[in-house]
Amino acid sequence: MELITPDFGLLFWMTIAFGIVFFVLAKFAFPVINGMLKKREEEINNALELAERTHKEMEQLQADNEQLLQQAREERVKMLNEAKQLSDKFVEDAKVKANEEKDRIIENAKEVIEHEKLAATTEIKNQIADISIKVAEKILGKALESDKEQLDYINRLLEEIEERNQIH
Amino acid sequence: MTEKKNIIIITLSFLICFIFFMPRNVMAEDNKHSEIVEDIEEIEEKFDAGELIFDHILDSYDWHICTWKGKHISVYLPIIVFSEGELYCFSSRHFHHEHQYHTKNKHGDDVVFEIPSEGRYEGKVVRVMDDGTQIRPFDISITKTVCGLLISCTLLVIVFLLVAKGYRTRGFKAPKGLQALIEPLVVYVRDEIAKPNIGEKYERYLPYLLTVFFFIFFNNILGLIPFFPFGANVTGNIAVTAVIALFTFFITNFTGTKHYYEDIFNTPGVPWWLKFPLPLMPIIEVVGCFIKPVVLAIRLFANITAGHIVLLGFICMIFIVGEMSAMAGAGMSVMSLILAIFADCLEVLVAYIQAYVFTLLSAIYFGMAAKEIEN
Repeated sequence: MELITPDFGLLFWMTIAFGIVFFVLAKFAFPVINGMLKKREEEINNALELAERTHKEMEQLQADNEQLLQQAREERVKMLNEAKQLSDKFVEDAKVKANEEKDRIIENAKEVIEHEKLAATTEIKNQIADISIKVAEKILGKALESDKEQLDYINRLLEEIEERNQIH
Repeated sequence: MTEKKNIIIITLSFLICFIFFMPRNVMAEDNKHSEIVEDIEEIEEKFDAGELIFDHILDSYDWHICTWKGKHISVYLPIIVFSEGELYCFSSRHFHHEHQYHTKNKHGDDVVFEIPSEGRYEGKVVRVMDDGTQIRPFDISITKTVCGLLISCTLLVIVFLLVAKGYRTRGFKAPKGLQALIEPLVVYVRDEIAKPNIGEKYERYLPYLLTVFFFIFFNNILGLIPFFPFGANVTGNIAVTAVIALFTFFITNFTGTKHYYEDIFNTPGVPWWLKFPLPLMPIIEVVGCFIKPVVLAIRLFANITAGHIVLLGFICMIFIVGEMSAMAGAGMSVMSLILAIFADCLEVLVAYIQAYVFTLLSAIYFGMAAKEIEN
């Protein structure tokens, strides 16, 4: 019977002890523990969310980078092509110019040569004429006094020269 | 460093407990409340398993530690009684030597206390009046159960203050040591017991639920440790469980919403003739309110007591058989030990389950009380 009869003294002490334990724990222990647990959970949640967000941002960034890279590649190809075209054009232009220059120089040279040749021819003609005149003078000085035959001969010669000059 | 400090603090608190109960035979006086006395009485009576078991299960004024070479070694605890408006405080050792304690009240009259070995007040302190009648005084002695209760409460408070300190100093860092041991249980009580059963207002009830859970769990586990100063049958005492159940009862009914009381006195969904003219349903509901804590108290008390009885029964079997034949006793000890170990493991499980069940049911009652009218 004693087993199932609550003893008053024990009820008294139990109420006091349990009351004090409840008071102390509820005032000094559990608010700290529960508060900290809650805060820590929030912290972990925040950290996880942040990680998730960062991950997404990273993916976005990577995609952006990829796109930029692709653009850059295209740009490069385009630039290379342009540069090639430009250089080709330069080369072409240079060739054309060089040809023109060459032609011009050749033309000039031809002109100069012609000129020189003409000058030389004239000179030679003059000299020849001079020499001829001198020769003729010498010959003539002797022969003109002699006979008429020789005079004819000189004339004929002169004519021939004249003709030759005309042919030239 | 803090871990070492914690261990030192715990050890110190135990030492203080021990010092409080240390033998003080040398300076033994009437006002000494507790001491270990080696009893010279020879023990020659036959082994009585029932007596041994009930000696453990029931409360007593001294704490029997062991019997060594025919001598009882026990801690004599203080007896505190109020009688006729006067406080008497003395050690239970007096009852062991002389079976009666004589003292004088403030008027100089003789006052006699005694623990009768039979009758209505068997095993309890009574005051023997001049004409020989026994009167039970107002008895708030520190009995074995009270002593065990105080020890486990001290331990509980120390452990939780240390854990709280751990949270304060460690902040958001991962729990460590004692903190890591307690945290899963705290989270379990919060997430598996409080939140699903109470709902939004769970935070209001959480400190109480945690206190109840750890109080019962600590006492159950400490009750399974067979050495002094543990092993007192605290949660296996109806008075202890009754107090916790009463706390639950009062909290439930004091925090009850309008909706809760409406459910009791005007239960919805019940035919009107169950409420009027004879209020059958309200009566059942009101009685139910009172039965709930009673059931809580009895369930815990019965489970723990039964566990202790089974465990001690297995151990006693060795001695019962041993009395018949030493060889049979030796053989039985192996069997008994295996059974006792099994029972002990079961008891550890029960220690947890009972703490869980008590907390869970409390949470369910709080959930009913805190429920608001749904739209």
